Amino acid sequence: MSQDQSDTVGMSYLDSRSRQLFMTYLPLLAFLFVLLFPFYWMGVTTFKPDSELLSRDGNPFWIISPTLAHIEKLLFKTEYPQWMWNTVVVSVTATFFSLLASVFAAYAIERLRFSGAKNVGLSIFLAYLVPPSILFIPLASVVFQMGLFDTRLALILTYPTFLIPFCTWLLMGYFRSIPMELEECALIDGANRWEILVKIILPLSVPGLISAGIFAFTLSWNEFIYALTFVSSSEMKTLPVGVVTELVEGDVYHWGALMAGALFGSLPVAVIYSFFVEYYVSGMTGSVKE
Amino acid sequence: MTTPLLEKLQNSRNVLGLVFMLPAAVLLLLFLTYPLGLGVWLGFTDAKVGRPGQWIGLENYIFLAGDSVTQLALFNTLFYTTIASAVKFFLGLWLALLLNKNIRFKSFFRAVILLPYIVPTALSAIAFWWIFDSQFSIISWGLVKMGLIDTYIDFLGDPWNARFSTIAANVWRGVPFVAITLLAGLQTISPSYYEASAIDGATPWQQFYHVTLPLLTPIIAVVMTFSVLFTFTDFQLIYVITRGGPLNATHLMATLSFQRAISGGALGEGAAISIAMVPFLLAAIMFSYFGLQRRAWQQGGDDK
Repeated sequence: MSQDQSDTVGMSYLDSRSRQLFMTYLPLLAFLFVLLFPFYWMGVTTFKPDSELLSRDGNPFWIISPTLAHIEKLLFKTEYPQWMWNTVVVSVTATFFSLLASVFAAYAIERLRFSGAKNVGLSIFLAYLVPPSILFIPLASVVFQMGLFDTRLALILTYPTFLIPFCTWLLMGYFRSIPMELEECALIDGANRWEILVKIILPLSVPGLISAGIFAFTLSWNEFIYALTFVSSSEMKTLPVGVVTELVEGDVYHWGALMAGALFGSLPVAVIYSFFVEYYVSGMTGSVKE
Repeated sequence: MTTPLLEKLQNSRNVLGLVFMLPAAVLLLLFLTYPLGLGVWLGFTDAKVGRPGQWIGLENYIFLAGDSVTQLALFNTLFYTTIASAVKFFLGLWLALLLNKNIRFKSFFRAVILLPYIVPTALSAIAFWWIFDSQFSIISWGLVKMGLIDTYIDFLGDPWNARFSTIAANVWRGVPFVAITLLAGLQTISPSYYEASAIDGATPWQQFYHVTLPLLTPIIAVVMTFSVLFTFTDFQLIYVITRGGPLNATHLMATLSFQRAISGGALGEGAAISIAMVPFLLAAIMFSYFGLQRRAWQQGGDDK
């Protein structure tokens, strides 16, 4: 089937301008407004002094006298920098080791085709479907038995339970798209499996590795239930857990500091995402593909 | 003689395969398979935090079946999953169709729309908590200024308000995922179908119903299975926004199991609640499986 030169779909270019405005752009802008409003609200609240936050007069969408007090409180009166550091350490280490293990696993399942490889591939997919919220209770008791409770290592070792199935599944798809002939040629030329993996397969699947890496990093950064359950002291907490459990004191909510915490905790993933949008989207759509 | 050689090759494949699988396999067996089994076992015991339990058979399940809070949590979970998934599907499909049109700044729209999905849910949930504040809610402020309501809405204090508020937050987070994955599906549909049907005089609605929808069905099945799976096992949003309140009106199975097992220390009972979620998840996976089968069949492949 021949592809159209333009990426226009159907007959939409025949639509009149006003029709396009009402049927396409207005709903789209409404979606955009609702989807982005919470972020705007985080930003506005972050720089708003308490007096303006707790008054119903005036226009709440704007700030009259912006302040850095909430950010100052967050950085110097809480352990926010430490939570940020913990999150970075845990996310980077867990992502790195999961990716490493996944590359080997995906290569073995997809290319070595050892006996039972198909069933192992299927069980990887099933592992991907096991949600952390049914696993965290027994996992907490495993973590406790191993003496890992309240350590960063507990998180580094448990995050791969959802990272490895995801990355392996994604990389299996990428490895499958590399022609088998390349590998056969190299085998005939006397290369061994390790050389093939490092010199042929990996360079050809760099986009897949980036997709898997970015996605895995984001998943670990955003992880909540394991970090909430396996860690209890404040200096070991990850950022999402720290903000939710430590910044809420009694009935007085420091909305400014809370929103600042939420904003700066979201920024790193948002920045990374903005650089790798295409990889991210291909990772996401790839993960739900067959 | 080629047979021994082939056999040797096969053997080395197996040995090498085992070595390559080892790191992933050890981690998954130790931290995924073993805990799953342990969870099933814990469900049959009266284990408490710091005390190994005794086998008590089905006692946990019998207790939970008669426990009004658990019944309420089951109802909430089903309600939350059904409503949120349905809304996410319709809004997500609509957004995907909008993004699939020939619009300006397409890649910008597509990139920005995914933001709610990629930021930490726990943190955006705090923003929703603030947006739903009973005294300073921006939504109430806007509605009052527009003259639609007189008093501020108690979003999280009233059971039904709280249910719909948390569903709204869940939809906000889930719509981008549904929209972007469905958009990927839409982009695989060849424009020639639309051209051909337009020449035959099909209206846009007929095109949607007879071309888009049938071709999109397999991916819809998969995406919605994932969506149902994530919604059903949701924890973060509820834990952050309401902690299950008011009066347990928003407790889901996941948050209730956390409350019983970790906050309350009754590991066995909490594990039993988790395990009780499994049949529902299996139903969702079966749904996905048959969706995939249908896909293979539609593409002319045989069922493997």
